[in-house]
Amino acid sequence: MDDKYETIIGLEVHAQLDTESKIFCSCSTEFGSEPNTNTCPVCLGLPGTLPVLNKKAVDYLIITGLALNCEIASYSKFDRKNYFYPDLPKAYQISQFDLPLAKNGYIKVETEEGIHRIGITRIHLEEDAGKLIHEGSIDQSSGSLVDYNRTGVPLAEIVSEPDIRTPEQAREYLNYLKKTLEYLKVSDCNMEEGSLRCDANISLRLHGNKKFGTKVELKNMNSFKAIEKALAYEQKRQRKMLENDKKIVQETRTWDESKSKTISMRGKEEANDYRYFPEPDLVPLEIDERWKKDIEDRLPELPAVKRKRFIDEYNLPEYDADVITDSRDLADFFEDSVSEYKDAKVVSNWIMGEFLRLINEEKMAIEDTKITGQLLAKMLKMIDQDVISSKIAKTVFEEIFYTGKDPEEIVKEKGLKQISDQDELESLVEKIIDENPSVIEDIKNGKDKAVGYLVGQVMKETKGKANPQMVNKMFKEKIK
Amino acid sequence: MKLYKCSLTELKNMIEEKRVKLQDIHESISYRTTSTDPKIKAYVNKNEAYNIDELDQKDYKDTYLKGLPIAIKDNISIEDINTTCSSKMLEEYIPPYNATVVEKIKEAGGIITGKTNMDEYAMGSSTENSAFFPTVNPWGKNRVPGGSSGGSAAAVAAGMVPVSLGSDTGGSIRQPASFCGVVGLKPTYGAVSRYGLVAFASSLDQIGPLARNVEDIALMMNVITGRDEKDSTCVNREYPDFTEYLKNDVTDMKIGIPDQYFDIEFDQEVRESVLNAVEKLKKAGAKIERVSLTGAEYALAAYYIIATAEASSNLARYDGVRYGLRAAGADNLEKMFTETRQQGFGEEVKRRIMLGTYVLSSGYYDDFYLKAQKVRTLIKNDFDQLFADYDLILSPTTPTTAFKIGEKRDPLKMYAADIFTVPVNIAGIPAISVPCGFDQKGLPIGLQLMGAHFKEEKLIQAAFSLEKILNLDIKYPALK
Amino acid sequence: MINEEEVRYIADLASLKLSKKEVEMFSKQLSDIVDYVEKLDELDTKDIVPTAYTIPVKNVFREDKVKGSLSLEKVLKNAPEKQADQFRVPKIIEED
Repeated sequence: MDDKYETIIGLEVHAQLDTESKIFCSCSTEFGSEPNTNTCPVCLGLPGTLPVLNKKAVDYLIITGLALNCEIASYSKFDRKNYFYPDLPKAYQISQFDLPLAKNGYIKVETEEGIHRIGITRIHLEEDAGKLIHEGSIDQSSGSLVDYNRTGVPLAEIVSEPDIRTPEQAREYLNYLKKTLEYLKVSDCNMEEGSLRCDANISLRLHGNKKFGTKVELKNMNSFKAIEKALAYEQKRQRKMLENDKKIVQETRTWDESKSKTISMRGKEEANDYRYFPEPDLVPLEIDERWKKDIEDRLPELPAVKRKRFIDEYNLPEYDADVITDSRDLADFFEDSVSEYKDAKVVSNWIMGEFLRLINEEKMAIEDTKITGQLLAKMLKMIDQDVISSKIAKTVFEEIFYTGKDPEEIVKEKGLKQISDQDELESLVEKIIDENPSVIEDIKNGKDKAVGYLVGQVMKETKGKANPQMVNKMFKEKIK
Repeated sequence: MKLYKCSLTELKNMIEEKRVKLQDIHESISYRTTSTDPKIKAYVNKNEAYNIDELDQKDYKDTYLKGLPIAIKDNISIEDINTTCSSKMLEEYIPPYNATVVEKIKEAGGIITGKTNMDEYAMGSSTENSAFFPTVNPWGKNRVPGGSSGGSAAAVAAGMVPVSLGSDTGGSIRQPASFCGVVGLKPTYGAVSRYGLVAFASSLDQIGPLARNVEDIALMMNVITGRDEKDSTCVNREYPDFTEYLKNDVTDMKIGIPDQYFDIEFDQEVRESVLNAVEKLKKAGAKIERVSLTGAEYALAAYYIIATAEASSNLARYDGVRYGLRAAGADNLEKMFTETRQQGFGEEVKRRIMLGTYVLSSGYYDDFYLKAQKVRTLIKNDFDQLFADYDLILSPTTPTTAFKIGEKRDPLKMYAADIFTVPVNIAGIPAISVPCGFDQKGLPIGLQLMGAHFKEEKLIQAAFSLEKILNLDIKYPALK
Repeated sequence: MINEEEVRYIADLASLKLSKKEVEMFSKQLSDIVDYVEKLDELDTKDIVPTAYTIPVKNVFREDKVKGSLSLEKVLKNAPEKQADQFRVPKIIEED
């Protein structure tokens, strides 16, 4: 968009790992519990307590590293990052400094400008801090309340290389990351609940310059959209400053959603002298080939690969493949259906149409629905076999969605079976012909489309159960 | 014979043989404490939670410790009993959980008589750094008992309790044991769980027993060693029955005497007493040889970097938010933090926090902390090599006998009191201090035996033999 | 030599309020101690691997299982100031 300056963006993502218990103690990680009810001497940092590492958190980090093409460290350890804040009970965060579990990865994102490779510097494991609730706004508050439920929830910190060039790429990078973490089922990536958080570094430099410009750190963006907007705003602000020969100050800026601008947090940041040193209360990690292999074997097919396969194997249009591979559960649902009902496009239409409509209406998670791929396939076969009409199928589908019942049973229970009996339909058709002499006249005068009206009348009479093709044919034959 | 004068083993035997009532033992102990502690001030807090009259009704028959009394240093957590670390910071703090050693003692049927005085947060060598009061050495009322486990050593020496637990980061069990004429053992790092021990320097701290004889030390080691799933650094291995090693036999035991340690200038009477013990060991069949070891002054220098660095981080959690002291009247967070810590910590603690923060701060890490960790490697390798050829290494425990209260004002001079004990913690090996004589003032002298990792049984065997060979007549200190 | 400005910087990092007298005292004492520990420079440590852990233990884990947390009463028992089942702290003003 601008020829003179090149934008350099790096992102730091914190993703909560979806373990049952915290990283260093056996407290629950459940979101939304009453304040301080998920705490114990260890996560409260009481004197004398010690951390013991949750193996699943390490497994989750390793699988994330593998999915993002990282090297997995054969030797790793934890370090203490020391700083004072009321939400940090030990006044140090157990994190990883010089030996992260994963490093040197990359992902490829696609924007309108083409495919772009974004390096991943490192992924390390650390503990989350608690939550501060200010009485009033942070500036005018008379005090704050601390809830330590979140303290010790495992986090993967994913740091990108400064390879991102546009806010759109940043968004795509995040989308990719989110989708991948969801596919791996290591994080639910819920930004509203804070299980995915992102800070950004952004600087500008003249095209062709090797040296990076002064970078600004952006914080407090609560959605991908906010991140894209904040980066775009900052890009514009910095360009304007540079064009006016003003110096960019290295600082942290916060995104103000209501004002749609970034605001300097200058003076609110301490000098960062974290005094990292190896955490003596934990022992080192050694990840051998066997452990790595075990996890590699558990690596699911990743979104980009799946998308391509869906296009190749099932002849799905790109749009359909995008929508259906957006979530692993949706893609699994699709493949379960297709394994028993061969017309993939029909399955795709039902999933993108009725299924996602209900999911959105009900704000449900896919895994919480009662419908299975097998049930959908069975219902689609019933349409093909003229057991039910496509219209009735929507009613049947809804019933399966909510109850998980067999479609055959639903049709039987509710009497939704299609009427395809020649005699029964003929008498209905004749009845409608008798009742609509003027319409018949129109048709005879060449208004063929009016047949549709008559078919509709029969459908209405039968509450949608009449076989519409048969009815249509009968009208055409009888009104010649 | 007065019951309070009996050792833990003697009391255990008497109970097992039903020669005495548990109640009588506790009454004798209680009487001795009531009459003696006002002069010694070994206890910070006596456990009033148990009722002597009810003791006999409780069933300690099948337990190892039979309901016998044990005193515990006030940096070890006991549920619902103040754990102060002899600091104003924690004067009101009541832990909601038990340290693992406390659980083990309770399971073994031990009765905790109270919490003993110490240098604040275990930082010191005289117990003068207690925020409450100094403890007096039972051997001379103007003498310090050593530190930091001064209360634990003095209580045992004065017959207020047969055994106690202390903690040893740089000599804090062995040095007071030496000053008070009792036996003190610092186990191998990882032999005893640190869970519930308020951390001073996590990579150096170990809990260990103090007693009036080696036999009781063996008994206590049977109770407190072993893997703990709450402490990642506590090693999973089988421990022997240490009482099996109470044999009067040093035949063919190879004991090294490091030149570098005896080259240090230290008290002549201490030197003579230690060398006299060496001669007697030789006569008893031990093979004594001069060996070479990295100078203890390097270990001391490394110690004051590593210990203070870890302490600066471990003591950061005392911020007035969750427990302990909070400075009154601070109207903002920053003030609350800094004033709480100003008021809650004593001078020595502040000095060490300052030093530790300095050595970890930006730009100094490599020069100090990393360097110290490298020296740690040298010292550890040195010991490892020696222990390939030698069973034990022998030295004085301390350069002098107990000094006068108020005598040492200069911190560096105070730190030098730890010169012989500190290398052991740096290398993570076990060591025991046993009385080997008295100086002309009548103050006890201690001899230190150091062993290879997890070779406590050798320490116990040699110390037991030495005790028998020397056959010191350790009278109960007069105190009048 | 650790000058008073450095002492104040360190005190700030350590969240310690020091009196003027303490700043002077620590400047001297810390300088002395640092002089002493610089003894380590006499040893050649160029190719030495640092030791952070003296025991040969690695990969110590716990299972990902939830066990009971502390009762709220015990969590808050030692709190200097509490409100609505949370720990209360004074306002966080961030001064320049």
